[in-house]
Amino acid sequence: MAVTARATGSAATLDVARIRQDFPVLSQTVHGKPLVWLDSASTSQKPRQVLEAMRVVYEEHNANIHRGVYEFSERTTAAFEDARAAVARFINAPSPREVIFVRNATEGLNLVAYAWGRDNLRKGDRVVTTVLEHHSSFVPWQQLAQDVGAELVVVDIDDDGRLRLDQMRAELEKGAKVLAITHTSNGLGVIDPVKEVVGWAKRAGATTIVDAAQSAPHMRVDVQDIGCDFIAFSGHKMLGPVGSGVVWGRAALLERMRPFLYGGDMISRVSIERSDWNELPWKFEAGTSAYVDAIGLGAAVRYLEEVGIDAIHRHEVALVAHLLPPLLAEDGVTVFGPHDTRDRVGVVSFDVKGIHPHDMATLLDREGIAVRAGHHCNNPLMTRLGVSATTRASTYLYNTNEEMDALVAAVRKAKKVFGL
Amino acid sequence: MDDLYRENILDHYKNPRNYGELEGATHHYHDTNPLCGDEITMFLLVGESGRIDDVHFTGRGCAISQASASLLTERIKGKTLDEVKGIDKEAVLEDLGITLSPARVKCALLSLKTLKAAAWGLTAWPGEEAKQAAE
Repeated sequence: MAVTARATGSAATLDVARIRQDFPVLSQTVHGKPLVWLDSASTSQKPRQVLEAMRVVYEEHNANIHRGVYEFSERTTAAFEDARAAVARFINAPSPREVIFVRNATEGLNLVAYAWGRDNLRKGDRVVTTVLEHHSSFVPWQQLAQDVGAELVVVDIDDDGRLRLDQMRAELEKGAKVLAITHTSNGLGVIDPVKEVVGWAKRAGATTIVDAAQSAPHMRVDVQDIGCDFIAFSGHKMLGPVGSGVVWGRAALLERMRPFLYGGDMISRVSIERSDWNELPWKFEAGTSAYVDAIGLGAAVRYLEEVGIDAIHRHEVALVAHLLPPLLAEDGVTVFGPHDTRDRVGVVSFDVKGIHPHDMATLLDREGIAVRAGHHCNNPLMTRLGVSATTRASTYLYNTNEEMDALVAAVRKAKKVFGL
Repeated sequence: MDDLYRENILDHYKNPRNYGELEGATHHYHDTNPLCGDEITMFLLVGESGRIDDVHFTGRGCAISQASASLLTERIKGKTLDEVKGIDKEAVLEDLGITLSPARVKCALLSLKTLKAAAWGLTAWPGEEAKQAAE
């Protein structure tokens, strides 16, 4: 538990004071108190560098991509494809051709379920997933399995909130056509050992889809190291603009898949009788892409690389290490998920006996602290935990130990208001 | 922090009035707010004269939703259905005596919504009846 913010080895401690200067919104006040943003798992704040990259497009060379033969279109197209290359490098994709821009992780996961799943999942096939999934990773496969008569297998967690690896391995050994697994839980903050699980799934011949919406912003995600077939994440959770997201897939699979959406840009030739598709990745980018958002995501990825994704991960683990002991020591507080910092990210879900999460979130808001209260698009997990909702504090690179202290103080104050 | 959770609200939350199922209820209805999982069931015992001789509720959820249900039962007990029909969104918020953010207003209105469904089969959110009628 005794993790400190002082990083070891070559990686230095984050200069959070300097980082915070890049985020104009963090200097706002709420109800007269300094804003404490602890809802980054829902959406992150954006640094000036990202806003600036988008401003430059709109103010200096806005034009539709892949269309015009004039200067502006060429410049914007180059910036868009540069962003793709930056994302490919960020996740160690073998080629930018495999990086498809979508609106968010949800769209990316649906793309895989529709464009790959509908043509490959058959009656009697087994889809193995987990109770930790966000609805966007769970429901597309639940629905598709029902449509085709496939079996949906949902692997449980242990009482610490960690994936039951024994059960996962046993289920995969029985055979599986699909593994849909989240890299880190948005409800509990636990990191699933996806490399190991994907390895078992591959041996069973399964196609593997990893939901990296909560991992890509906070820790190293190397698609080649994980060895999965598809991965998806949202730009807005990783300093990028809303409307930017990525699905990565192996070129060999993407080549064989039918398109997800039909329209402009994804076509190479259309006649009355037939259509031929554009090359990767544009085959999956129908219509005018949200190219300015994608360019913003490229800037976000460069920002994260400059700070250092490993250093960010260590910083957030240190924040959790700072927060957990006083929070756990509070009477009436239940923390869901592991009570240590092993294999977890900066998500702390908790409940205070006698105070509903919505009341807690309202009371924290009065102290300037933004947290999420609810089911976190995680109904199966909430059911497993036996609660209807939790209060969730989630961190990022710009949070400080002082903000963790402010959260604990506000929880104490809320208890006092409720006479607890 | 404490201006929102006044003594009155916390008292009704911790010691809800008219709480529990009502044996022999002539009307009852269960509803939820899917956004936050709040639940309310309203039970009415309406006599032949149209008077609400007794009213109970059960539920779980945040302090605002449960306190407003408790307050509502006090407001309507002994009144006729006709007298109760006019209770609207503003009346409920007035009983609570606080200003709620838009995200929390539905917490306060769930009990009235459930009452209207129990009594008249009306299922719109209070204040949004016109919107539902237009659909």
